[in-house]
Amino acid sequence: MTIAEISIIAAAFAVAVGSLMPAFAEGRAIAAAMDAIARQPEASGQISRTLFVGLAMIETMAIYCLVVALLVLFANPFAH
Amino acid sequence: MRSPLQTPILFSLGPIPITEPVVVTWGIIAAMALGSALAVRRLSVRPGGGQALLEIVIDTIRSQLSEAMGVDARRFFPLLATLFAFLVAANLCGLIPGIAPPTAFIQTPAALAIIVFFAVHYYGIRSVGLAAYLKSFARPTILMLPLNVLGQITRTFSLMIRLFGNIMSGEFVIGIILAFAGLLVPIPLLALEVVVGIVQAYIFTVLAAVFIAAGVGAVETG
Repeated sequence: MTIAEISIIAAAFAVAVGSLMPAFAEGRAIAAAMDAIARQPEASGQISRTLFVGLAMIETMAIYCLVVALLVLFANPFAH
Repeated sequence: MRSPLQTPILFSLGPIPITEPVVVTWGIIAAMALGSALAVRRLSVRPGGGQALLEIVIDTIRSQLSEAMGVDARRFFPLLATLFAFLVAANLCGLIPGIAPPTAFIQTPAALAIIVFFAVHYYGIRSVGLAAYLKSFARPTILMLPLNVLGQITRTFSLMIRLFGNIMSGEFVIGIILAFAGLLVPIPLLALEVVVGIVQAYIFTVLAAVFIAAGVGAVETG
């Protein structure tokens, strides 16, 4: 296999695994927040604000994987 | 396809190349300065419609910041609210045809993250003094010093990558779908981009507020 083919496979793998795990994590976070809001509806403002910040934190992991994949595809130091 | 890590150069000012996000940022700064000047030109004690709307927006931002920081956010309000307003304008200006949001190029988020990095230390040193501020890096024990220093750098880096990655990936996905599917198909994604742009501006501002609050010793954070 050439460097380019390996890079494409690596980029696809990085995005696949890197979006699978944050998806699970975001699902768990949202489920926990729903549970908390159902128990304590008066605290929903505080909970949803914390949830949004937390979701952005989790989503950043997926974004890191995307940036790594783009680096591998477009700025690969071994391809040239 | 153009690499999302490259920045298109529009023209050169002597030896300095002027890139597209720089020109767009100038445009945003000019538009926001003009808009702000026009909005506050005729203020009165009994506000009209426009002034009431502005007051609601400013008041909401201030109360959100105060809740996030745990202290009165009045001292930090100019920096953080300007950051938020600029980020909303910068993230959403991609909706205008032919203009790419400047936050979709890595230099703009990097500059904003560096501003936040220095603001944290500036406010931290100003509020507790240099010696006490430096000592706070050795909490709870001196063994945590390398981790605390590393944390300062990595959280600035993640602030930059988070904003860049979210806005750039939105543009990128819209570009790919436009190339494959046709003219009107990416419209739902554009609507999603509006939400993502505002949420990311909010996240960036709240994280900057929390970092500054941690710097002045108001709240503990990782």
